[in-house]
Amino acid sequence: MQYLIGIIVIFSYLLALINNEMSKLSLSIITECANAVNLSISLCGSICLWSGIMNVAEKSGLVKQLSAFFTPLMRILFPDIGRYSKAMGYICLNFISNLLGLGNASTPLGIKAMEELKKNEGVTDSASNNMIMLTVLNTAALQLFPATIITLRAKYGSATPSDIIPAVWVVSAITLSLTVLAVKVFSRFSKRST
Amino acid sequence: MTFTDYFIPTIILVITGFALLKKTDIFDAFLEGAKEGISTSLDILPSLICLMTCIGMFKSVGGFGILASFVQPLTDFFGFPSECAPLIFIRPMSGSGALSVYNNIVSQYGADSFIGRVASVMMGSTETTFYTVAVYFGAVKIKNSRYAIPAALVGDMTGWIASVIAVRMLF
Repeated sequence: MQYLIGIIVIFSYLLALINNEMSKLSLSIITECANAVNLSISLCGSICLWSGIMNVAEKSGLVKQLSAFFTPLMRILFPDIGRYSKAMGYICLNFISNLLGLGNASTPLGIKAMEELKKNEGVTDSASNNMIMLTVLNTAALQLFPATIITLRAKYGSATPSDIIPAVWVVSAITLSLTVLAVKVFSRFSKRST
Repeated sequence: MTFTDYFIPTIILVITGFALLKKTDIFDAFLEGAKEGISTSLDILPSLICLMTCIGMFKSVGGFGILASFVQPLTDFFGFPSECAPLIFIRPMSGSGALSVYNNIVSQYGADSFIGRVASVMMGSTETTFYTVAVYFGAVKIKNSRYAIPAALVGDMTGWIASVIAVRMLF
């Protein structure tokens, strides 16, 4: 990241110098930092609203019930973890928190699951197949309701901001399936070092 | 009116209804969660300021046009809009970076344009891959992540290409 920022700054300066566009560059610096505050304020409302609603879902036990519902699916992805083990519990909760867009909850739960997996199968500092499956599931971002994107679409004048949801679901489902497939295929060709 | 209009109100209805049934203190639980939301939005502000200023600088000198023309042969081959190409580079690395680039794309091309929709679907269906892998393996001190990155990148690439196809087919 730090290199990227450096390259962008140097590149922009040089290009402005060559094209004699220093006034444009200067103006953009002054206005964009204010725009960032603008952006975070327009997102603040929806972030707070959804954090609040999802906290209600968690406190009422809805998240736990939904997570039990997903246990059979997770058993397919993690066949060698016991159904009632702690690790399986955390994995299901992590999955459902991701699904509901509970970013604040899903990462701690995922890390708890990783710790459980490490306890059970982590004799080395090399990742086990289950650890990789869990991590990669978290990079696939299956999310029921992309609140941030919908808020920004509304801000920039979309007539129907939430009409992208079906497309997001379809793409997420395809992405998730191929990611799982990739994990299953790669695990056959990769030996865990001891 | 489409069925997606039902989406937000229905989620809220189901969650509120369930909480009523379980006699949860809805207001209290909401306030507790919403308070966390404030710190989340404040937490991303410093990086947003840094990255949006950077991206604004890059944009003001025509950087995105140059970047797009570089990758155009490749993106044209996949029928991918080259305007969305910067998202591909930044999305796996930084959440707020991707948000800044996305904000720039929808403000310039409009949220309901083909480009705006593809960018929206890309944002909604992919994650900050490298960051996630670093956090998960870092937390349990796993040094050798084996095939985790390649498998995650297979997913990301699928996501980019599927976003374009899905927007073409559904809109």
